[in-house]
Amino acid sequence: MDYAAFQSELHRIYPPDRLLTKAAQLAPYESDALTSFRSRPKAVVIAANQQDVIATVRLCHRSGVPFVARGSGTSLSGGSLPVESGIVIAMNRLNHILLVDPDQRIAVVEAGTVNLDISRAAAPYGLYYAPDPSSQPVCTIGGNLAFNAGGAHCLKYGMTSNHVLGIKAVLPDGEVVQLGGDSLEAVGPDLVGLFVGSEGLFGIALEVTVRLLPKPEAFKTVLAAYHSLGHAGQTVAAIVGGGLLPGAIEIMDNLAIQAAEAAVAAGYPHDAEALLIVEMDGEAASVETDFEQVMAIIRASQAYQVHIARDEADRMLIWKGRKSAFSAVGRLSPDYIVQDGVVPRGRLAGALAEIQKLGEEYDTRVANVFHAGDGNLHPLILFDGRYPDALERAEQLAGRILEMCVRYGGSITGEHGIGVEKREYLPVMFGEADLDVMQAIHAQMDPQGIANRGKMFPGL
Amino acid sequence: MDASIIEASDIEELQEAIRTQTRIQPSGAGSKTALAADGDQCTRISSARLSGIVEYAPSEYTFTALAGTPVAEIERMLSENGQYLPFDPPLAGAGATLGGTVAAGLNGPGRYRFGGLRDSLLGIQFIDGRGSLVRAGGRVVKNAAGFDLPKFMVGSLGGYGFLVELTFKVLPAPEAYSTLRARYSDVETGLAALVRLTRQPFEIYALELIVSEGLIELLVRVGGAAHTLAARKRRVGAVLGEIDLEFLAGEHESRLWAGLRDFHWLPEAHSLVKIPLTPMSVQSLETELAAHAAPRVYSVGANLAWIALPGEIDGIDAIDAMNAILVKLGLGGLVVLGEAGQGRIGARNGETFAQRIKLALDPDGKFVDI
Repeated sequence: MDYAAFQSELHRIYPPDRLLTKAAQLAPYESDALTSFRSRPKAVVIAANQQDVIATVRLCHRSGVPFVARGSGTSLSGGSLPVESGIVIAMNRLNHILLVDPDQRIAVVEAGTVNLDISRAAAPYGLYYAPDPSSQPVCTIGGNLAFNAGGAHCLKYGMTSNHVLGIKAVLPDGEVVQLGGDSLEAVGPDLVGLFVGSEGLFGIALEVTVRLLPKPEAFKTVLAAYHSLGHAGQTVAAIVGGGLLPGAIEIMDNLAIQAAEAAVAAGYPHDAEALLIVEMDGEAASVETDFEQVMAIIRASQAYQVHIARDEADRMLIWKGRKSAFSAVGRLSPDYIVQDGVVPRGRLAGALAEIQKLGEEYDTRVANVFHAGDGNLHPLILFDGRYPDALERAEQLAGRILEMCVRYGGSITGEHGIGVEKREYLPVMFGEADLDVMQAIHAQMDPQGIANRGKMFPGL
Repeated sequence: MDASIIEASDIEELQEAIRTQTRIQPSGAGSKTALAADGDQCTRISSARLSGIVEYAPSEYTFTALAGTPVAEIERMLSENGQYLPFDPPLAGAGATLGGTVAAGLNGPGRYRFGGLRDSLLGIQFIDGRGSLVRAGGRVVKNAAGFDLPKFMVGSLGGYGFLVELTFKVLPAPEAYSTLRARYSDVETGLAALVRLTRQPFEIYALELIVSEGLIELLVRVGGAAHTLAARKRRVGAVLGEIDLEFLAGEHESRLWAGLRDFHWLPEAHSLVKIPLTPMSVQSLETELAAHAAPRVYSVGANLAWIALPGEIDGIDAIDAMNAILVKLGLGGLVVLGEAGQGRIGARNGETFAQRIKLALDPDGKFVDI
């Protein structure tokens, strides 16, 4: 089928207001949160329901036209970057919360549902959906699922894959499958576990069953300022090594602090070289006890300023600063790349020193914001894209950081996924036999390679 | 040694065996008796000699071990450092290996608090049907690179590859445990109490409803710093309301849970079936089981049923009868203990999806399905 025939078939599924083909209409879909990559699709279709998505995928399969499913376009790895010869399927209208069952502690939601809306729907029952990527007020559960999104509270609660129980999906050839179910337990290979994080290469999730947790009844959050990143890192090691399990342990360096302060005035000390945020959450009695232990460790550390959140508003302000850090860095630099490497926690200090050295070598500013509790680094590489080869140099530096993470026994991505951005580095982390098996699985799921082409593996 | 068992002593030997044999079942210590394939139809390849810890970094809370390593050995190593596997792998006392535990996809009562095997497994090495040694996942606690084959292998029953090496994250062990026991006269009331507890924001380590010959017991295990337990027990008691509670602690308490983990309650000459479910499907299963007095445990906050079955129920093979019940209720099941050659029963989903993975990992169909 040629593209004209394909397009006239599309017109049979979509009314004109939900089938976008004009340049001005397509422009907002050209990139996601990885803004240095752009690609204009042939069309964008706005699916109104699951049937639209299934019919579109089947049409794409018959026609050999690539498709990219897109939620809110918050991927930092280019996960929803369009393919020029293909279409984008916008999923945002599939945002129905189909079930909240407090007795089974599950919710069944459509894939275009916004992450935070699940917690809002569960709140009347004292429940919530735990994974909290920084973009949670806008990002959709379908995108979270495709890229196994994390967040600040992964250390204690895990990533998206630890919270998805069931998936209804349409595979790249149009087959609709139900994987998993309502139970925490399963029999047979964990198909849900494999689907989560498959970066859209296995098709499109339509409906997702997630588990809900009782809301923590208490939080205790402390902010500690240090004159060196190394001292903050040592404090993290002491907390984790002491057998404590905080809800979150975050570190920001001076550049990130400046950016966050300029953006939201969270009250962070401007002169700190490192800011440590530790949050204990859970049952009131154990939060109290564990927080005392955390405070004992922090008091014994080199922290020169310590601030304990006075109340919920103060706590939210501390988090507002942290969660705004990525976008806030935009104030310091016209362009930046967010990296997402992981190193063993014991090697954090060494990794940070090496990143600093690399930044000097490339004469490039690097801001650091990271989930210190699980060794997940987010170096933000600042550059000015108006200068020739600035992007190229920034990417080279990013690559050196990823190679370092692998050399330290870590990973090239903790929670953003490979996407378009890191696909050249997958062979740094995995050998030929490992990649062969992944490619073989991909080929079985999608022999034409039409589903989210070019993500995870190279491809146009 | 049985002629049809090959004990590979290293990875090369294992690869060679997989390349040359045509029908293979990976096996560990054989502690899950019903999961052994019929010996006449395949060659068993044992992981018994692929045993030992590869790497353990207590401060990283991770370890890597070969698949044939006994779970008990791992637990001893961890406990020396005040750490543990929070999902209470079953049958450790019967010699269960780490690889067998992953392949069978089994969790014990502790799964309630910190998640299951799938949530703790970080990375794997396995040999696929072509004899290639394949690595997936990683050795760090957070990783989103590549397809999540470690999770896929949980519950894969040896049908997709031979697990060689596994990396897990572990947790600090709680300082102390304590258990509350409440007795009920009917399952409905006990289950309602269980559901009330699942909604609470306080930390419960295990939550089990035990049904045996008209005796219905709710077990609530709390853990953590010793001085916090009394307050937590009071809160559990307040949720359970006006009912006589028995408090268990110390040696007696640990023995109770060890017995549950290793199914010491299973009567002689009975099979054991695992059924994933939710609290909402317990009643319909109970109605079907009313005719016979099989002891059963609703584990992990009634997300998992362990059912004991005699050889026959009313003249019909009990496993066949259970299969029919599960198909009717739309539930899946796994015969874990009993006669060899049983495995999965009841309803299934995602079969065509799983089949695609099978074709990718084992195109010649060497690894037997059970």
